[in-house]
Amino acid sequence: MIEVKNIKKSFGDKVVIQDVSCVMKAGQCNLIIGSSGSGKTVLQKCMVGLFEPDEGEILYGGQNFTAMTGSDKTEIRKEIGMLFQGSALFDSQNVQDNVMFPLNMFTKDKYRKKLDRVNEVLARVNLVDANKKFPAELSGGMKKRVALARAIVLNPKYLFCDEPNSGLDPQTSLVIDRLIKEITEEFNITTVVNTHDMNSVMEIGNYILYMYQGNKEWEGNNKEIIFSKNQRLNEFIFASEFLRDAKDMRMLEESGKISNDRNMEELMDKDAPTLVPPQDENGDKK
Amino acid sequence: MTIFSDIGRYLLMIKGMFSKPENGKMYWKEFIHQCTEIGFGSLGIVAIISVFIGAVSTIQTAYQLVSPLIPPSTIAQIVRDTVILEFAPTLVCIVLAGVAGSRIASELGNMRVSEQIDALEIMGINTKAYLIMPKIVAALLMIPLLVVIAMALGIWGGRLAATASGIISGSIYDKGLLEFFVPFNVIFALIKSYVFAFVISSIPAFYGYYVKGGALEIGRASTKAVVVSCILILFADYILSALLLPTQ
Repeated sequence: MIEVKNIKKSFGDKVVIQDVSCVMKAGQCNLIIGSSGSGKTVLQKCMVGLFEPDEGEILYGGQNFTAMTGSDKTEIRKEIGMLFQGSALFDSQNVQDNVMFPLNMFTKDKYRKKLDRVNEVLARVNLVDANKKFPAELSGGMKKRVALARAIVLNPKYLFCDEPNSGLDPQTSLVIDRLIKEITEEFNITTVVNTHDMNSVMEIGNYILYMYQGNKEWEGNNKEIIFSKNQRLNEFIFASEFLRDAKDMRMLEESGKISNDRNMEELMDKDAPTLVPPQDENGDKK
Repeated sequence: MTIFSDIGRYLLMIKGMFSKPENGKMYWKEFIHQCTEIGFGSLGIVAIISVFIGAVSTIQTAYQLVSPLIPPSTIAQIVRDTVILEFAPTLVCIVLAGVAGSRIASELGNMRVSEQIDALEIMGINTKAYLIMPKIVAALLMIPLLVVIAMALGIWGGRLAATASGIISGSIYDKGLLEFFVPFNVIFALIKSYVFAFVISSIPAFYGYYVKGGALEIGRASTKAVVVSCILILFADYILSALLLPTQ
């Protein structure tokens, strides 16, 4: 579990994060969402120690990370895996060496054992027969999967993902999202995902923190978010007309005004008189 | 103010390099890799420059020594001392600032921009120690070796030009090389090469490590690193010459 307590961060005169507190639980996907410039990346970088917060505390399993000295921080960092927006793979190393790097650095295992572990995590992210390929030869989705394999190779307790879907097509995004969710649940990892992809929010958001101009504006889960009455959150998640329509449909479904098992042919038929399913003489749905 | 904050950050970077390696084997591997890159990677250009500098020095010295009172072997002495004292350490190091320095700055700059340095930091690795220290130690080992090779090749290039153009015979050139030889000149050249090696590796590492922005900024940082390194090499050359060479 990661606890964020009253974090404040400024760059010069510009206040980027103002008094944000939250709790990221183990075994679930904790999402930080918000529009560009809302402070979600800075918050995540404060959490992993790439930025020092001006005020507040970050606690990893009850241990105050912000107050730790260099060597203690290093010990916590060994329990952290991170998937970067641009994957951050080492260009000069092939897939196998990239994934093996943390093992080489922090374990004294024999080469064969390390190779087995590398193959195991590569298989876990559905990436086989790519060991000898270099990052330049991989697609965006493959790079993310290699980076994810590298992030989990040391069995981290905490996994941070910065915009895991940026630059990916919707289908590949879904694959990455599901992988993150499965790995989180399988290894009981505390996962923190920084995103503004609404598909990810709905797919994996066990806990969602919505940031607005450096403040915590809303928190909840993927079931609650759709019915939130927070104006700013609604403007953010239902930015497009399509999504607003989708929300209206969902509301109608929830209130029983339309059936959620309607078929698409009926919906596409312009002559269809109503979205309410036909009823029999007793008023029951057919 | 920027210059003072830059100096401060540079000193903090140097201080930050000194920590216990997370895994000595990995640091050793990186050190050997850097020795190969800096040493063998620059050997070709150093060899070409040295031979031609020696050859040109011989021809130009012969052109200027018109007095019949000066023995022809003096040409070899002048070429030897010029190559050892100045051309091999200073000129070669200025070229190396361009070759190795720009490579160091762009490599670290690219790693910074593509978040590879952040990835290493999050793994719990001291990136200053792992990425910068092996480069500086490799430069301190390989650059003096390259300077020694440059000295030998420069003098040999001079002999080649002298015999090929018929300025003086090989035997006279060899005789001149042994006359009035001051061994301290070689030590002085090595002292200079150690100082220059530190400049060539640490200054580009500083500009590359702290780069902000994208591809354009990496290019700018690389250029700035080479320019600042060259200026510091020339400045250090003057200071060391003034301090270590007896002029009276």
